[in-house]
Amino acid sequence: MTTTTIPKSSGGANFVGALWREIKRIPPVYPVFLVIFLAVSYLNPTYQTLPGIFSFLRRAAPMAILTIGEMMVLVSGGFDLSIGSIVTLVTIGSSMTLHNDPNLALSSILLMYGIGIVIGLTNGLIVSFLRVPSLIATLGMALLVKGAALYWCGGAPKGYFTDNWRFLGRGFFENVPLVGQFPASLLILIIVAVITFYVFHRANFGKEVLAIGDNVRAAQLSGVKVHRVRILVFLISALCAVTGGILIGGYGGIGTNVGEGLEMQAIAAAVVGGTLLLGGKGSVPDAIFGAFTLEALFSLLNLLGLPKPYRDAVQGLIIIGAVAYVSLRTRGKR
Amino acid sequence: MSTTAAPVSKPQSFFKSIHIPPIFYFVIGIFVIGMILDQTAGSGDILKNPVILTNVFVRSVALGIVAVGQTFVIIGGSIDLSVAFTISITSVMTSLIMHGDPANVPTAVAAVILIGIVIGLANGLIITKLGVNSFIATLGMALILRGILYAAFANFIGSVPRSFETLGYGTIGPVPISIIVLLLVVVVGWLLLTRTKLGAHLYGVGGNKEVARLSGVRTDRVLIAAHIFCAVTAVLTGLFVVSRLRSGAPWVGTDGLYDLESIATTVIGGTALSGGKGGVWGTLGGVLIFGIIDTVFNQLGVDPFLKNILKGAIIVLAVASYTIRSKQEVA
Amino acid sequence: MTADQPINPLNPDARPMLEVRGITKRFPGVLALNNVSLQFFPGEVHAVVGENGAGKSTLMKIMAGAYVPDAGEILLQGARVSFSHPKEAQDKGVSIIYQEFNLLPERTVAQNIFLGREPGKMGALDVGALNKNAAVLLKELEADQMIAPTSLCKSLSVAEQQIVEIAKAIAFDSKVLIMDEPTASLTLVEVKILTDLVMKLKARGMAVIFISHRLFEVFDIADKITVMKDGELVGTAMAKEVTSAKIVYMMVGRELDHYFPPLGNKEDFGEVVLRIKDGGNDFLKDINLELHKGEVLGVAGLQGSGRTELAQALFGAIPFKSGSLEIYGRVRNVKSPPDAIKLKIGFVTEDRKAEGLLPKQPIRDNILLTVRSLQPLFGYILKDGIRGSRKMVPSLAKEVDLRADTFDREAQFLSGGNQQKVVLSKWLASKADIFIFDEPTRGIDVEAKAGIHDMIRGLTKNGIAVLMISSELQEVLGMSDRILVMRDGRLVAELPAKSTEEEVMLVATGHGDNNLSSEDVKVGKEA
Repeated sequence: MTTTTIPKSSGGANFVGALWREIKRIPPVYPVFLVIFLAVSYLNPTYQTLPGIFSFLRRAAPMAILTIGEMMVLVSGGFDLSIGSIVTLVTIGSSMTLHNDPNLALSSILLMYGIGIVIGLTNGLIVSFLRVPSLIATLGMALLVKGAALYWCGGAPKGYFTDNWRFLGRGFFENVPLVGQFPASLLILIIVAVITFYVFHRANFGKEVLAIGDNVRAAQLSGVKVHRVRILVFLISALCAVTGGILIGGYGGIGTNVGEGLEMQAIAAAVVGGTLLLGGKGSVPDAIFGAFTLEALFSLLNLLGLPKPYRDAVQGLIIIGAVAYVSLRTRGKR
Repeated sequence: MSTTAAPVSKPQSFFKSIHIPPIFYFVIGIFVIGMILDQTAGSGDILKNPVILTNVFVRSVALGIVAVGQTFVIIGGSIDLSVAFTISITSVMTSLIMHGDPANVPTAVAAVILIGIVIGLANGLIITKLGVNSFIATLGMALILRGILYAAFANFIGSVPRSFETLGYGTIGPVPISIIVLLLVVVVGWLLLTRTKLGAHLYGVGGNKEVARLSGVRTDRVLIAAHIFCAVTAVLTGLFVVSRLRSGAPWVGTDGLYDLESIATTVIGGTALSGGKGGVWGTLGGVLIFGIIDTVFNQLGVDPFLKNILKGAIIVLAVASYTIRSKQEVA
Repeated sequence: MTADQPINPLNPDARPMLEVRGITKRFPGVLALNNVSLQFFPGEVHAVVGENGAGKSTLMKIMAGAYVPDAGEILLQGARVSFSHPKEAQDKGVSIIYQEFNLLPERTVAQNIFLGREPGKMGALDVGALNKNAAVLLKELEADQMIAPTSLCKSLSVAEQQIVEIAKAIAFDSKVLIMDEPTASLTLVEVKILTDLVMKLKARGMAVIFISHRLFEVFDIADKITVMKDGELVGTAMAKEVTSAKIVYMMVGRELDHYFPPLGNKEDFGEVVLRIKDGGNDFLKDINLELHKGEVLGVAGLQGSGRTELAQALFGAIPFKSGSLEIYGRVRNVKSPPDAIKLKIGFVTEDRKAEGLLPKQPIRDNILLTVRSLQPLFGYILKDGIRGSRKMVPSLAKEVDLRADTFDREAQFLSGGNQQKVVLSKWLASKADIFIFDEPTRGIDVEAKAGIHDMIRGLTKNGIAVLMISSELQEVLGMSDRILVMRDGRLVAELPAKSTEEEVMLVATGHGDNNLSSEDVKVGKEA
């Protein structure tokens, strides 16, 4: 994606030099993912087969979608800590609106997206106009949304999911040429990825998000309508959360704690994917592979016998480590 | 706009120095509204049974103690998002070590206070020495604590001996011990902030770190001390909570919303999020407001989940009432 | 009048309290101080004057321990000292009061004075002693009736805050007090109060040093005046023995030996593209100006005279609240930067790092931001797609002579000169035909400066109208076809091209009010 001038002088050594420079440009998340996944597939040979890989991707897809949305908020300089509770709301709410009736699937999904739009807009408006730091605004929103979710089901979530709805998160397309079975959630991830890739890397919007996260004052003085961009970013994050929620509900079922901690995982995944926590840098494909890397890491830790809850500790260390690394490096430069 | 210095007698000047934070007028206002709501929509119990009022205070104790600590770090220009898990860890470790045996009480208390100091120290060091933003540092710490906590425990564990329950339930005459403890913590916090060099330096660091540094204040040490203090108050809250619940569990901290509410009550009590200004009495006012809201909701029989919906909105709006005045863009 | 012999008629045997010898200081691309030696005596008020960039601030900061000199030594009461931190200087008795005070607005006067040195044993704070000691200090400064130790600093006026800063200095038992533009924001009455205070400090035996632009005040307060120019010492004189005209001449008289592109011809100037009538807002009053196509209109004035505010008003960042703005003869409302950009106005800000550049973004994205922000939000990057942008960026870069191995390099890694070129091309990309420059060559080395000047003149050759704000007199005089001078938020004069530096300075410092004319300046030259 970048042009390098390869010096015209003598061949061999310069070619290798140029190649090495290109290799150095590859974001570290890809080789790291490869290494970890290879380790995982070594320990559990199922992952060496195509169905095994697909099952991994099927599981990781929802998280990847959440990470994309969170990444955009991070790039704009903020935090969205409400996406976990949006997932909870979506799973519980879908169950309540589906009521075991397959005909209601479409309207249920549309309703969820409608709710997501309201939440995202509200987050954006609070941060832009009420000047409440997004950390607190989205924490408060998370509380509200989770309360709404539990209120809706009276504290006792029941799984009234229909098979057609669940298909999105857990189903496979059969008889796909070349590969056989193809997970539905992976297809949805691909669709989301294509749309967000366009929006973030090929449309003016993405560049404006990077601008406000990098230097909001300079962005303002260059004509960027900061509020508009910021509100949209929170909107996108909420919509990604809704999408992820539908997939998670289909794959994993229901519970009061379905969305617990997902925002932190998304932040960690984004950081692994090279997103800067203070804004100004991020990428959709890197974020996706950041999520994959984290999932692979957790699988690895699982295979090595480390119990599930240690995930959180690992995530915490990753986040602190990443920020400390950047901060110490900048200190050194001064 | 300068004041003329008229000669004042000692007792006069003492009383003058106690500002009543405007928040307390709010407290009275909300209290009145609550009473009216209770009479009209609720069962009107509050007037019939004044003990319910003491419940307001008791509910406020847990939040109040940790909110004092949070006020300290916010005055210093920092924040602590790990308090909920410090509280949980405390509750779990306390009931685990005590194991229902009064002889273990001192060991348990000493152990958890030590844990709190370590957590606070870690937070402080990560922020000052590694240069990590305090949101991220304490958020990361929260995650680490959560991981350790849930890895080791899944539900209620251990138990607290009867004797320890006096902390949560005991009274001296008509006054619950817990309220005394809360007031003590608030007074100690107030003394530290206004009558010690550390307090003066903390305000300096929060107001303008560079100016403080140029004046010779050891900014790192001051911040670390504030974080340790905050963690210790979280431990005290944990001790109080476990004495009331009689047993500790990993979710008590998060369920009680101590992280979000300690920040919110601090801000609505008049302490600026950016630091350098505010105090613990205002925070106490904020805590009382939340306590009254909680009690009123209870009396009205509000569904606990609906309560969270309203709380989430109230918290954001309360903070917004302060931040809306700022002219700069916020992310 | 030279600086070599110590001048101290007050007491010929007195030793200097503070002395600097052979101080040299370099910053990237600029020699800020060149072999400066000065002596400051106790009980004396010594003013250091010179225009922007003369090196006065740098010298003060070195003496106060904020900078370390590259060469030379500092002597305090005859003993060599070196400061690696301002706190060290303070402890040794050298205090400095900056133009932006170092006070905490939410803390009381007493708390501010004693920050870091509070009275009390074993960590406890003795509040009574704190307030009492503060009261004592205020009484010494005879300000105890005006200021109470328990007042919050934010409730004090600028003059009162300054007194608090001075109290801080005495609290530290300073022997030397340095003040940077102490009278900048004071009313006449407050200046009198400050003057009295300074006299008191003088009586205490302190060496008082201050930097100022306000020449008539300098004469009222100072015993001695030192003039600096271009990082060097020009001379020192006793205030009683010299005229202000001579001081002005010492400050600015120099050959215009730097290269500037030739000024425009009157015939080349076209229609009025921008006209402001009675423009005003919270910072500006009675702004009336016209900008012609193809000309460079320079705006001169001292710091704080409202130049940047004028630029911000034109660009909609801090819009005008009254008056009218016409672009190409049509009345327009510019209430926000996007309005201005749509009207093809470009704003090259004073602080490119804080306001002009996106440090972590590649050069390419920096340059294209203005174009992109006007395009549909979800439209493909640049209607011509990514290939279109690949043509636009290199051609713009060529226009401004921006050389980079790749346009994907992050802007933060470029040199100051190149960064400024990136900002310039940003506005060329948005096809601005009115450019506002605020300090276009600040912090840029001499080589690149000429390039930027050529570019600015080049813009006018293409019919672009330029409004250029600069505090470097040479630049204003070398580049401007007309010169506007601002003072206190107003446009006070318009001077023609080829005016002299003295003429500009006299107007900018308000000397016009004191009835000094260019006659006096000529007399000064001959002295």
